[in-house]
Amino acid sequence: MLRVDPIQEGIVLDHIKAGLGMRIFQELGLAEKGLPVALLMNVPSTKLGRKDMIKITGVLDLDLTKLGLLDPGITVNYIRGGAVVRKVKPGLPERVVGLIRCRNPRCITSTETYVVPEFVLVNPAAKEYRCSFCGERLRV
Amino acid sequence: MRAETALKGRSFINALDLSPEEYEALFRLAEEIRHRPGDFAEACKGKLLATLFFEPSTRTRLSFEAAMLRLGGQVLSVADPQTSSVAKGESLADTIRTVAGYADLIVIRHPKEGAAQLAARYSPVPVINGGDGAREHPTQTLTDLYTIRTLKGRLSHLTVAFCGDLRYGRTVHSLLRALCRYPGIRFFLISPEELRLPEPLREELQAQGIAYHEMEQMEEALPQADVLYMTRVQKERFFNEEDYLRLRDFYVLTPERLQLLRGDALVMHPLPRVTEIAYAVDSDPRAVYFQQARLGMYARMALIASLLGVV
Ligand SMILES: [Zn+2]
Repeated sequence: MLRVDPIQEGIVLDHIKAGLGMRIFQELGLAEKGLPVALLMNVPSTKLGRKDMIKITGVLDLDLTKLGLLDPGITVNYIRGGAVVRKVKPGLPERVVGLIRCRNPRCITSTETYVVPEFVLVNPAAKEYRCSFCGERLRV
Repeated sequence: MRAETALKGRSFINALDLSPEEYEALFRLAEEIRHRPGDFAEACKGKLLATLFFEPSTRTRLSFEAAMLRLGGQVLSVADPQTSSVAKGESLADTIRTVAGYADLIVIRHPKEGAAQLAARYSPVPVINGGDGAREHPTQTLTDLYTIRTLKGRLSHLTVAFCGDLRYGRTVHSLLRALCRYPGIRFFLISPEELRLPEPLREELQAQGIAYHEMEQMEEALPQADVLYMTRVQKERFFNEEDYLRLRDFYVLTPERLQLLRGDALVMHPLPRVTEIAYAVDSDPRAVYFQQARLGMYARMALIASLLGVV
């Protein structure tokens, strides 16, 4: 099997749904950070069958809201001295400020573009959010 | 603390922003004002209400202005946004912050959905939503609830029949949701297939276990209804003229149909009326739509006084 050396200091994004790794890699702008990064795809997983993983060496401030929105099943492992020191499962964020825009053409945020869009989670099972301004529902 | 004083400084953007208890406090205050108007004639002395109407609605604006003037307050109006700074590209946020510097309370009506919410976020003074797009018109709901509460004596254990355009009628959606919070409510939903209540709303009713019956003609519902809420069926909602002409007459309240209605029932309408209620119905004591408009003014007086904290 393909091997990537364990990292000493950094972050491992685990349990990424197979196929989403590339998108997350791009959304987080990892290619531009100048850090050694490995994207592993279709890794065998006992939990998921197949999963993607991203290993990042070095210190990086991750946007957990964005990560949770992209893939609520993801696990973020913070590594120090070769060991996991903190494990975070961001899950679906309750509130999303910025990041996504309302699709309702009659929404005030479509014309008053200085307004930062805001969404509130209304149905976690359906990944459904509601625009805090016009009330329009949106599936992410 | 009186419940209405808890409303001080708040905005009223969505009909469900207020709890049934807060509505009840407003109804009690509105009743006090209606019966003893002299006691409130100077309640808002020295206060200024700004009405910002980005689309015309003479009826709503007059109701708010009458309410403020009867409380002894004064009114500042932007009647024609086409000639105002908005037409010159000023943002809504800037307009609101400027006006909030002059006024103690703002009423906004705007064609975009969520505009009142945005205004409330930027305004240091309370904002009342006078209608934003197709979404919300909460003071109409306040008016409707107050009318039923006053003329039926209760908001629970009622059979309410909505008739006409149930698909696009925001007053219907909003009143329906507000009524769901009271026990023993049952609905008759009378509309052509094309103008049925939207599915998400029907799902909401089902999820809450609210009894409702949908029908295409009103005859079956009339003998059982405590309230008949009529709405306009607009021609432009139909794909073709034939359908409109074929269906239009089913949704007109005539003196003959009125006879099917119980003696203590109410006929309500958010106004303006076009053809959906025959003029011959107006003189019937059950036809309360003009009374409803007048009660709406008292309800708005109670709301204004409560948000300003002058009671
Ligand atoms: Zn929106």
